Amino acid sequence: MQTPFLRAVYGIALKDLQAELRSRELLSLMLIFALLSLLIFSFALELDRIAREESISGVLWVTVAFASIIGLNRSLTLEREQGSLDAMLIAPIQRAAIFVGKLVGNFLFALIVGALLIPIAALLYNLPALSLWLIGALVLGTLGLSSVGTLLATMTAQTRTRESLLPIVMLPLALPIVLTAVRATTGILSGQPSGDWLAWLQLLAFVDAVYFAACFVMFEFVVEA
Amino acid sequence: MNIAPNLSLSDVALEQPERVRIGVPRLLVALSALTLIGIGFGLYMALGFAKTDANQGEVQRIFYLHMPAFIGAFVAFACTTFGGFMYLRTRQTKWDSLALAGVEVGLALAAVNLVTGMIWARPIWNTWWTWDPRLTLEAIMMLTYAAYLVLRASIGNAQTRRRFAAVYGMLAIILVIMVILISRVKPDTIHPTVFGPSSQQARGTFELDASAGMSAALGVNMLVWAVLVPITLIWHRIRLNNLIERLNWLKARLAER
Amino acid sequence: MATLAPSQTAQPALKPAAPLIALEGVTKTFDLLPVLRNLTLHIGRGDFWALLGANGSGKSTLLRLIAGLGQAEGGTIRVGGWQLPREAARVRAQLGLVSHKLLLYENLTARENLRFFSRLYNLRGGAAEARIEALLARVGLARRADDPVRTFSRGMAQRLSIARALLHNPAILLLDEPYSGLDQAAAALLDALLGEAHAEGRTILMVTHEIERAARLPSHVAILARGAIAFVCPREAIPDAAWLAARYAEVTS
Repeated sequence: MQTPFLRAVYGIALKDLQAELRSRELLSLMLIFALLSLLIFSFALELDRIAREESISGVLWVTVAFASIIGLNRSLTLEREQGSLDAMLIAPIQRAAIFVGKLVGNFLFALIVGALLIPIAALLYNLPALSLWLIGALVLGTLGLSSVGTLLATMTAQTRTRESLLPIVMLPLALPIVLTAVRATTGILSGQPSGDWLAWLQLLAFVDAVYFAACFVMFEFVVEA
Repeated sequence: MNIAPNLSLSDVALEQPERVRIGVPRLLVALSALTLIGIGFGLYMALGFAKTDANQGEVQRIFYLHMPAFIGAFVAFACTTFGGFMYLRTRQTKWDSLALAGVEVGLALAAVNLVTGMIWARPIWNTWWTWDPRLTLEAIMMLTYAAYLVLRASIGNAQTRRRFAAVYGMLAIILVIMVILISRVKPDTIHPTVFGPSSQQARGTFELDASAGMSAALGVNMLVWAVLVPITLIWHRIRLNNLIERLNWLKARLAER
Repeated sequence: MATLAPSQTAQPALKPAAPLIALEGVTKTFDLLPVLRNLTLHIGRGDFWALLGANGSGKSTLLRLIAGLGQAEGGTIRVGGWQLPREAARVRAQLGLVSHKLLLYENLTARENLRFFSRLYNLRGGAAEARIEALLARVGLARRADDPVRTFSRGMAQRLSIARALLHNPAILLLDEPYSGLDQAAAALLDALLGEAHAEGRTILMVTHEIERAARLPSHVAILARGAIAFVCPREAIPDAAWLAARYAEVTS
């Protein structure tokens, strides 16, 4: 009698995209924050050319991480506000389908913000041309952030301190993602041979896989009432 | 049509905590005494018995406390993960008490590890702190478990708090293991590795000389700080937690009257 | 209304258990404070129960437990012979819930909301579309079907919420204060809808504080007081609302 896994995932992800297409709430919040963050960093760090090349990937990933925290908070608060998380919980679908469905939306929003951010940063900081590897690093990094983020935001949306708690619990866990993504991105941007940074990308993929599997399995424990 | 008789509290099967002994168990007293003696003996082994390191001098002796404290912290955090896992399976409060005790004891031992490391690093590396992978691991581990405590504090419902804490405890250990793996795969660290090969950049490396009593000093302190201290402290903390739960239950009953 | 009757294709997964909903000695506490104490309640197939009780008496908690949204500390809850929450997956497709929250997405239109839930319940194709249109018409929202829910009044949103609960043709309807925020016309519509649902053989449990309605509409009335069912009575035995109000005052005082 259960709804097939992928159909439930499709339904939930489609719902998030439709709602976002109508309100543009999440993406505008995330994008404006990301742009402000880039701007603040460029003033705060007074970057010269050399320093820019070395720190730009750090600036990028910190910005993407914080922007996705903003998006995750909003996405899961929306589910709690009208009790619609309950509506999904009483539907004949697997708990993990809710996790993957929400993950798809959150991942796409983070990816869009990252993808818009890179060309803007390239302009502002006079970066070298874009590469496909950069997109790869972006996909892997945002996927990892969204995996832990979706689980943790579902958790913090049910607590007293809500939005303010997510960065506290998420940033430590995001460290291996940000660390490996920054190292890989630095390597890609500074035009080093792929042998120097490919291992970081592989480590990032490994971290993603571990986090996704753990969150996939444990999600049912954060939504039982 | 029927009207049920008014219920009195005695009919109510409350979530009563298991019976708690108010007095301290004898075994715990003995264990505490053993631990205290062990700490003293360990200090003697580290400060007196072991010969002074030829290169680093007296400051090397801090290692006998530094490394066992880290292992002890890891043991305590492993208890947190195990407790959380068992809680999710059995939903028995005692496993959650173990998890909470593990975090607090682990944080204390990690702090010992951190402070001793900094004291050693000042003369050897000429700095209190450096952003080295090993040190970053230490910092991120302490912050993660601090976040665990913050998470617990912000959940009102007890069942939800235990459930979320269990999930977070498991994610935290996954994080710690992954950071350790990353720092081993990419060893650009200046931190010496006493067991196994140190990295090229490692500064302040030393050899443990068994004939100089160094291995014995480490062994004793390892037994004390990685086994006795965590177990004793966790036991005390669980006992304290049981008493608190019992007290809360009694208060709730009083409020009902 | 023919289109709203239970369809022939839906095979109920519920066992032919004697009471469709059976709660035995259920105890639920929040942080050691008991909300439900040793509560026993049996609801037969096709019955329409109204559950009265003061605010904070545990009515909503009880409803959530039956919906599989919570875990009781003691006692057993069976719905259609399946034990909750362990075997909740077996009954979910047969449960419809109207909560005091809307359980809707404000940024989606009425039709998009219903389409989303039809996907969750694995309703497909033309049949699903036809059912959505029929329900929208039935709750009087056909003309507003493509407006976002956030532009709706409370009453309109509540009507959509009821359409959502009926969408997958559930054998059991759980309603938590469904009349709150409804105007006269909408309340009359809900009266009619619940009457139809009852006539179609659905089992209904409605939590409410409206004594007048409880005396008129359902087949049984129960009163929850001090965490347990303190009063049970079939509707035939209720002479009028005033009498029920007197009993209510008696058991809740």
